[in-house]
Amino acid sequence: MADNKGVMIYTEVVNGKLAPIARELLGAGRKLADNLKEELSALLVGSGVANVAAEAISFGADKVYVVDDPLLQDYRTDSYVAVVEKVAKQVNPRVLLLGQTTVGRDLAPRAAFRLGTAVTLDCVALEIDATTKQLIQTKPVYGGNARAIYTMETMPQMATVRSKAMTALAADASRKGEIVTVPAGLDPAAIKTTVLQKVVQEVEGIKLEDASIIVSGGRGIGGPEGFKELDALAKMLKGAMGASRPPCDNGWVSDTIQIGLTGKIVSPETYIAVAISGSSQHLAGCSGSKNIIAINRDPEANIFKEARFGVVGDWKKVVPAFQTKAKELLGK
Amino acid sequence: MNMIVCVKQVPDPEAPPASFKIDPATNKVVPPPGVAPVISPFDEQAVEAALKIKDAKGGKITVISLGVNLLRDVVKKPLSMGADELILLEDPAYVDGDSWSTAYALAAAIKKVGQFDLIFCGRQAADWDSGQVGSCIAEILGIPQVTLAKKVEVTDSKVKVEKVTADGYEVVEVSTPALITVSNEIGAARYATIKGIMAAKRKEPITWKPADIGLDASKIGAAGRRSKMVKLFQPVREGKCEIIKGENEEDAAANLAKKLVEVKLL
Repeated sequence: MADNKGVMIYTEVVNGKLAPIARELLGAGRKLADNLKEELSALLVGSGVANVAAEAISFGADKVYVVDDPLLQDYRTDSYVAVVEKVAKQVNPRVLLLGQTTVGRDLAPRAAFRLGTAVTLDCVALEIDATTKQLIQTKPVYGGNARAIYTMETMPQMATVRSKAMTALAADASRKGEIVTVPAGLDPAAIKTTVLQKVVQEVEGIKLEDASIIVSGGRGIGGPEGFKELDALAKMLKGAMGASRPPCDNGWVSDTIQIGLTGKIVSPETYIAVAISGSSQHLAGCSGSKNIIAINRDPEANIFKEARFGVVGDWKKVVPAFQTKAKELLGK
Repeated sequence: MNMIVCVKQVPDPEAPPASFKIDPATNKVVPPPGVAPVISPFDEQAVEAALKIKDAKGGKITVISLGVNLLRDVVKKPLSMGADELILLEDPAYVDGDSWSTAYALAAAIKKVGQFDLIFCGRQAADWDSGQVGSCIAEILGIPQVTLAKKVEVTDSKVKVEKVTADGYEVVEVSTPALITVSNEIGAARYATIKGIMAAKRKEPITWKPADIGLDASKIGAAGRRSKMVKLFQPVREGKCEIIKGENEEDAAANLAKKLVEVKLL
């Protein structure tokens, strides 16, 4: 299909602004489009999202397709897949990228099927092959133990991209771009789900995604009591507390602070991993941290392979002594 | 309520990372010696989601598993937890597919089963982490989906699903038939009971070859792939950790604090 041209980004909107992943995708898409010497477009879908188009242009889009309809108020698979199918068939992009988010992972596989193509979910690297112009897609597999590289012959070549794997451009309000409005043309009867309620489970204090210091605990913490100590340390350091999967699955802490393949992906300046063995599934969420500090009783624990500094010892002794000394040195 | 759960046999994801090996010549994972495969953990939790509905409302649970060298002790686990039937799509033609060719075969088997109100899948398999097979089955069957469920409840003819989101969850209502993918937030899967293990021992799985479900071998497994895997490799870990020492654990901890303040990491 030689007539497929350009790179299209599905740009998610959160609270009336481009989601961070949308900005990162526009940054990555800009590079791919420049490499192909083709256009970068953004696809903006929702209700009351038209005014975000200018932001998409400032972050790198040449063209923004806006589908704004009251039926698109909530994300629902049936309506959103129909919209992506419609616009992609109209524009025929060579590459179509989405974020590996709650929405992207739900939307991309079905949209790919409708378009007669395939999609690779959760990519961490994308490049264009110089000779074939194919999109080379790299994604972690086996819980992060390995990486696989995929290509596809069908168009558009689709991928979802992991949060924080790509870098956004600095916003440039002087950038020029074109805004194209596309009617949604939805049949309400074809939408088989209804969102009854949206529950936000607020975590007090600094959000994990925004924290520059994270104190995170694993299975070795042993129960909810220990996490109170980690929380106190995180607060003293003006950071946030996270956890690997076992403490969340055991109900010691809220699911919303889970860091890993099936939780949040974070990239703080300092990530203090306490009693975390360093399974691949956990590292998938924290390996983007600038500095990992490991506290673990087992000198062979995998986390030490990832860490810059470490202490081998029982966290029950190490954490209080560390907190006392840090407090003294930081004058708090 | 007729329910179908798709489960996959995978290498144990809890095996130590050091035992993970790839054969670069074949782009395949070499199973660690002495470590038995397991049902992918999210799939086990999908079985759990179906069992919770069976506990509350009654119904029948049919489990389908696709692969080769399926160990009976492994794939029978859902039966020992309380599922009713087990269908195996066990044939070399089914394997090494992408999400599409795998879903294509599973959807054909589900059509042959015929009656279903809910289909459950794990959110992603612990081997390829592709996270698409559930959505692909729903798309092929033309039914709605709700992904990343942490709670599923049946009320009259509707199904209420708590779907995990980045900052909490959404309550989504969906009509049946529907497909639901299950996330780990649903909680640990139940243990098999002695009675269940005995019943599972006596129960023989049904095996369907491609021809049994009306499939052409050229459209399934490796032959039916739309995406191609070019390379499989292990990322190199740098491993330059500086271990901070002290006279005892407390002293080492204080030295760590000093070091981190010195290099401005706190």
